[in-house]
Amino acid sequence: MPNSQKQRPVFFNLAEIQLPVGALTSITHRIAGVLLALGIPFCIYLLDLSLQGSSGYSRVIALLDYLPVKGAVIVLTWALAHHVLAGIRHLLSDIDIGSQLPASRRSAWIANIGGVAVSLFVAGALL
Amino acid sequence: MRRKYTGLRAWLVQRVSAVYMFFFMVFFLVHFAVDPPQQYPAWHAWITSSAMSIATAAFFAALLAHAWVGLRDVLIDYVHAITIRVALLGLVGFGLTAMGVWVVRVLWTRHG
Repeated sequence: MPNSQKQRPVFFNLAEIQLPVGALTSITHRIAGVLLALGIPFCIYLLDLSLQGSSGYSRVIALLDYLPVKGAVIVLTWALAHHVLAGIRHLLSDIDIGSQLPASRRSAWIANIGGVAVSLFVAGALL
Repeated sequence: MRRKYTGLRAWLVQRVSAVYMFFFMVFFLVHFAVDPPQQYPAWHAWITSSAMSIATAAFFAALLAHAWVGLRDVLIDYVHAITIRVALLGLVGFGLTAMGVWVVRVLWTRHG
């Protein structure tokens, strides 16, 4: 076996992975997107129910007052806020705004903190 | 490279749908902030007005297309076994199509 192959690392230490802020924004953009996709059928269900007369509408209002539903709304609000902010960052870098490293790191921080801030605001309003 | 292999169309779909959804959501939130529909009749009249039902249908079309491109990217990146990947892509495609049919039925049949 050539020497170069023997010296390959045989372990994979998650704690040693360097995750720059932009990479964190990128992977959470993805996770948030998958969460939002999973939320689509629930969203259509609520829209359907809300349009089925006054009783359906009142059931939607009652459901939104139910604690686990509030929790889901807060999580999905985080996902939406983060996904939109990271998406805007993506579109701006498509037209060469904020592609340089310092600006890119700053906008990554804004997306990460902004998503959490919006969901905390909504949590404050709901709980 | 042949155009169908460049991914340019998926790239464009993702951006056009994102921009439309952004403005739709801003409009929706502003409407709720300024003039929230108080009870069922106001909500029903607003959503089923012809302009709003078309805009909402377009929103869901953009949303489902956007979700398809995004989920497809995720599956292609993380699921390498080809049969499982194709099966999952089929499942996602079927699910999103079913949701599209559902939302069209909701918007059309609740008109009355």
